Amino acid sequence: MDTAQEEATTLTEPKKTVSVSGSVALLEGLIAEGTDTIFGYPGGAIMPIYDAIYDYKDKLKHILVRHEQGGTHAGQGYARTSGKVGVVFATSGPGATNLVTGLADAQIDSTPMVCITGQVYAHLLGTDAFQETDVINITTPVTKWNYQITDANEIPAVLAKAFYIARSGRPGPVLIDITKNAQLQMFDYAGYVPCDHVRSYRPKPNVRKEYIEAAAALINSAKKPFILFGQGVSLGFAEQEFKAFVEKSGIPAAWTILGAGAIPTDHPLNVGMLGMHGNYGPNVQTNSCDVLIAIGMRFDDRVTGRLDKYAKQAKVIHLDIDPAEIDKNVKADVPVWGDCKETLPLLTALVEEKKHTEWLAEFRAFDKTEQEVVIETELNPGQGELTMGEVINQLNILTKGEAIIVTDVGQHQMVACRYAKFNHTRSNVTSGGLGTMGFGLPAAIGAKFGAPDRTVVAVIGDGGFQMTLQELGTIMQSGIDVKIMILNNRFLGMVRQWQQLFHEKRYSFVDITSPDFVKLADSYYIAGKRVSEREDLVSSLEEMLNHKGSFLLEVMVAQEHNVFPMVPQGSSVSEIRLK
Amino acid sequence: MSNSQDIEINEKQEFTITVYTENQIGLLNRIAIIFSRRKINIDSLNTSPSEIEHIHRFNIVINETEDVVRKLARQIEKQVEVLKVYFNTNEDIIWQEMALYKVPTDTIAELVSVERLLRENGARAVVIRKDYTVFETTGHREETDKLIEVLQPFGLIEFVRSARVAIIKNSDGFNRKLREFERREPGQDVIENEFLDAEKNVFSM
Repeated sequence: MDTAQEEATTLTEPKKTVSVSGSVALLEGLIAEGTDTIFGYPGGAIMPIYDAIYDYKDKLKHILVRHEQGGTHAGQGYARTSGKVGVVFATSGPGATNLVTGLADAQIDSTPMVCITGQVYAHLLGTDAFQETDVINITTPVTKWNYQITDANEIPAVLAKAFYIARSGRPGPVLIDITKNAQLQMFDYAGYVPCDHVRSYRPKPNVRKEYIEAAAALINSAKKPFILFGQGVSLGFAEQEFKAFVEKSGIPAAWTILGAGAIPTDHPLNVGMLGMHGNYGPNVQTNSCDVLIAIGMRFDDRVTGRLDKYAKQAKVIHLDIDPAEIDKNVKADVPVWGDCKETLPLLTALVEEKKHTEWLAEFRAFDKTEQEVVIETELNPGQGELTMGEVINQLNILTKGEAIIVTDVGQHQMVACRYAKFNHTRSNVTSGGLGTMGFGLPAAIGAKFGAPDRTVVAVIGDGGFQMTLQELGTIMQSGIDVKIMILNNRFLGMVRQWQQLFHEKRYSFVDITSPDFVKLADSYYIAGKRVSEREDLVSSLEEMLNHKGSFLLEVMVAQEHNVFPMVPQGSSVSEIRLK
Repeated sequence: MSNSQDIEINEKQEFTITVYTENQIGLLNRIAIIFSRRKINIDSLNTSPSEIEHIHRFNIVINETEDVVRKLARQIEKQVEVLKVYFNTNEDIIWQEMALYKVPTDTIAELVSVERLLRENGARAVVIRKDYTVFETTGHREETDKLIEVLQPFGLIEFVRSARVAIIKNSDGFNRKLREFERREPGQDVIENEFLDAEKNVFSM
């Protein structure tokens, strides 16, 4: 029988069903959605699903994390590097509540995830049963959508809806809570039908041509146009479209930390990082440009500084897929609603080909000042204690911008984002909106599973590392290759920096002691090394990168070193301090 | 001119937010937390099925500036199961609240003045029993408030008031569009937990 005939018969015949458990239907659905890796932790209320996955080991890789929070961050890392949906399993009660931090992080950073939690039997709901918690209501503020399933018949359609919602429009985390009876229940399964439509949900607004035209007119008349781009570019898989727009218009472009890498760091029109610890030029020039073109970014307060002194002189064009972002923080003169993969080519077609040579030279002049006052001493101190900047710089030289850099949160994060070189998109994995300490190590695990052929370097502080260091166990057991670089300044450095600058150096609970990280790694059978001398730095980095398998490199860096430039909280971006 | 507009837009006033939604468990919470997250009090909340099967309608009253209300409306509309959000000032709507008053029947029966007051306030008797009588009025908040004051000296036993329901003056086509929407893509019935009292029917181990 040929394929056409086969199709004809399946279309005309009534749909065949097979009797399967809710758990099996769930796993079949995950496979149909292209899931290959699940980060999870079993427990009482999710046992039927774990029983089913025992027979699916050849199709679904399950990574046993050491804490459910680690599972969510791994799911995020996976989603960020692969462009796919991260999938996480957890049991009810404490398993589910441990997901909250990762869900909140994924929600604010628009990371597509589907989290499955087990729940007590439906008849026990509301009885304070063992490990019962109201996970739907706990996670409502930190999910794009969530749903509780009490009957196995709901599973295929709800899972399909979950994946569709998680990855479409502005992506985000979705949680499905499945009662144990529904996991066990046998029902007539008619196969998996992916979802491509929810009647009450508009993933993206319609593109309005008049606004594209208005935006193009404004850009074409601008003398000093300036592009700000965020993660929207890579979330929309629109890197090529974005590059074409930037290159044709000749407009200098600066990035938010989640936007880093959407065009290569070395691109001549990439003028650097925005925000509190961003580059000098981009911050100052925000307040001297005449047209500000914001693409897939949301004007976070860490990017804008004081809002009433933010780009007041400029006309603002805002491209975003989420209508709620338009006018939320900064009023847009021309709102361009839509998916930037669609809107950018329309805009590129209408903008004139230009080279803003003089305007770009202004940026380069600021770069020169920043280079002299900040960067040179940070990257090439020559003497004294090691700086975080020189470690990142040496790493750049060795990886040539090819590595995925995962960071935790704090000083090292700002330094890594400022100085890391990215040749490729989806190479910078960091916790931007939520600022979750402890994100780095588990996210790096997920990042590696999402991009197994690439080098993954996790840059983590001594504080954040101690929040989720149990995930070393996950690295040990799964046998993956993650390079862990702890920049140890024996302080909670960013808080210390603020206490120094704004609290009269009253160092309140920021001196943190650490275990012997190298011995710790060793007890997890992970190779490691500590380096504190400049002459050993490059060889140590080489050893880490060349090592087959995971490696932990602890770098002892200057204790009281500050990240500059800095836009102090409550200041305008143009009041950025160089020291 | 632009200055006076700014002031107007930045002044707090009553807004009625009308939300058309799916009938979905948990959606009430999802909408409510958009307000509570920003520490905004909901003055009045009414939710009930609309005239179209599967579609529910919320009426939410808050006291805020137009700028804030516009942002709230966008956040509400962003929720997956929300179909459409409108927000209106009191000038844009016709609204009513309903109030019930329970008073001792003997007072009403004996005092002519009370009967007159009730008539003046447009109250209608819903139930008359030997021991008590329940009156009903509909109107704006001030009107239903006024009758409380009037009845207080005459032994008011119990009082209750509904949330605001509001009709938008400029709502041409609402019903037609909703009917068309539901006809084109029928909504789904809400699935409730059927096992709460069915312990024996649930497999457990």
